[in-house]
Amino acid sequence: MININDRALIKKAIDKINKLAEKIDKLKIMHVCGSHEHTICKYGIRDVLPENITVVPGPGCPVCVTTQKEIDTAIYLADNGYVITTLGDMYRVPGSEKSLMEKQSEGCDVRIVYSISEAVKMAKKERDKKFVFVAIGFETTAPTTGAELISLKNKDVNNFFILNCHRQTPPVMEFLLNEGVYLDAFICPGHVSTITGLKPYYGLCEKYKAPMVVAGFEPIDVLMAIIMILKQVISGEAKVENEYIRAVKPEGNVLAQKIINEVFESIDVPWRGFPVVKNGGFGLREKYKKFDIYEHEDIPEIKEKIPKGCICDKILRGEKLPTDCPLFGTVCTPLNPVGSCMVSDEGTCRIFYKYRRI
Amino acid sequence: MKITRMHGAGGKVMQELIKDVILKNLEITSVNGGIGLESLDDSATIPIGDKEIVFTVDGHTVKPIFFPGGDIGRLAVSGTVNDLAVMGAKPLALSLSLIIPEGFNLEDLEKIVKSINETSKEAEVAIITGDTKVSDGVDDIIISTAGIGIVDRGKAIRDCNVQEGDAIIVSGNIGEHGLAILLSREGFDFETNIKSDVAPINKLIERVLEEGIQINAMKDPTRGGLADALNEMAEKSNIGITIFEDKIPISDEVQSICDILGLDPLTIANEGKVVMAVKKEDAERCLEILREHPLGKNAEIIGYATKEHKGVIIETIVGRRIVDMPIGDPIPRVC
Repeated sequence: MININDRALIKKAIDKINKLAEKIDKLKIMHVCGSHEHTICKYGIRDVLPENITVVPGPGCPVCVTTQKEIDTAIYLADNGYVITTLGDMYRVPGSEKSLMEKQSEGCDVRIVYSISEAVKMAKKERDKKFVFVAIGFETTAPTTGAELISLKNKDVNNFFILNCHRQTPPVMEFLLNEGVYLDAFICPGHVSTITGLKPYYGLCEKYKAPMVVAGFEPIDVLMAIIMILKQVISGEAKVENEYIRAVKPEGNVLAQKIINEVFESIDVPWRGFPVVKNGGFGLREKYKKFDIYEHEDIPEIKEKIPKGCICDKILRGEKLPTDCPLFGTVCTPLNPVGSCMVSDEGTCRIFYKYRRI
Repeated sequence: MKITRMHGAGGKVMQELIKDVILKNLEITSVNGGIGLESLDDSATIPIGDKEIVFTVDGHTVKPIFFPGGDIGRLAVSGTVNDLAVMGAKPLALSLSLIIPEGFNLEDLEKIVKSINETSKEAEVAIITGDTKVSDGVDDIIISTAGIGIVDRGKAIRDCNVQEGDAIIVSGNIGEHGLAILLSREGFDFETNIKSDVAPINKLIERVLEEGIQINAMKDPTRGGLADALNEMAEKSNIGITIFEDKIPISDEVQSICDILGLDPLTIANEGKVVMAVKKEDAERCLEILREHPLGKNAEIIGYATKEHKGVIIETIVGRRIVDMPIGDPIPRVC
């Protein structure tokens, strides 16, 4: 077994990058995965890259791209007697006024769960209460939501709903390429690609002539992905490549894809920091709408209030880095987050803060 | 503003609560020149004659109350004994206060008390007083333990005395307790052999002290893990600590699960480990002594103290970065 965290191998990769970088003018690579940002910051990879290579984080954190309106909807439901079940990260994200954590302190029934199945078990046990699971995440977690709903479809459970916040990754990549944000290439998300395979990237790559490499989460993976992109750029190519062959098959996870297609269909949805992203969300199909809280409860119109000075939108689009933000590390810290990117462990601002330089 | 679970999670939120609400409002916080509350050390001390009584208290509210490798009873005894031991004290006695919810299973209670008995025998510490209450206002059993130990006057080992050049030693694989607890909660279907490391470490530390090793500072890296402990030691000692990622002892299984869940083992709780700042010249001998004991077999020198920077810095295989004080409980990755 190759030791992929071998120091000599990593040194070799860094040297290779520096050599290849001499042959190009400049290169801007975006990744769309909080875990990739984690690896980049955790190991200080930006520090060892040559000056003409920039790696920027995009909208790769499912908590961060969930809109304030969706948080406020969960809070509205909590205020109206629903038990809100949520993954831990969502618990602290501020809505326009409060977070779910603050709502819990005030007496609302908000529970942290580690999976939708835990929430379903609660709903089955406590039939007198109405449960809403805040279903966030990209293609990686949508199958687990879908599988649970499939198993529930013909069961006698009428007190369980989801607040559906699932998002699709490739459409937002297309949005970024299409809307003129300056980008040369993508490091594609490893976890999402485990589900989707490589297929969603071919069309984008061909249409926008942007190299795309699926990468794993060790430092050598990120460095190798950069090398692969550099080689494509130098030879004038644009193709889809898979650096993460130990986890991602070209066809992806076919079973998971079937589950997604059974339960969800593509819908246009707003992402935080973006306007509506065409095909950017997963809507529930007709057969599963009985689990949709929007179908069950009349949610009032909620106006968003973006905090003054917060540039989460620009950070999510890869236009700025947290260090460009006047609030970063001063007004906005993990203890007192102004924007959602500072709350989630996968948020760009949070990661930058946690691994900030000496 | 209302109390949230963040206030109990170790790390910065809890520290702010303690400093801004508790310390600020208590005026008489030390006795006879001993180590008092304001030091926020693992224990306090009361000098009497040529000795100091070492005194600590702990409240335990773990969920689930039975977990791989231990239970709330073992946790209560070990946690309190360890808070005394990392002061360099010999633990003498514990109190045991039980707050039992109405409807609690009597067989479970007996199981917990038997575990307390086994652990106190293992640590050779007597339980000499206690209290029992039944409450309809708590969800699960709560155990509070206080402990007293003894140390020669002026010889208590603080967490604020790290010296330049000290070797930073951790006594074994980190992250096991917190991960065992997390994985035993509903919702995770991993099959693992990860067990809590919860154990009294007073005998381990005693061996090191008996050999004349100069330990300048010591701490048990519980809630908030190694990251919290090292940051506290560095800040209180007004010194920097540099650690080396490849020297930190982490079992392959813990590392793999953390990678999958997106957790940092440095922030995950331990309940049977100690982190020491040892005089440089004594470091290798200290390591030998630790490794001779079953609880210290995976001990490592993970870094050193330095005046070149503040805070805690980690050297990784690519570059170096800050190890920050954790904010709250570790949360698994979403995608």
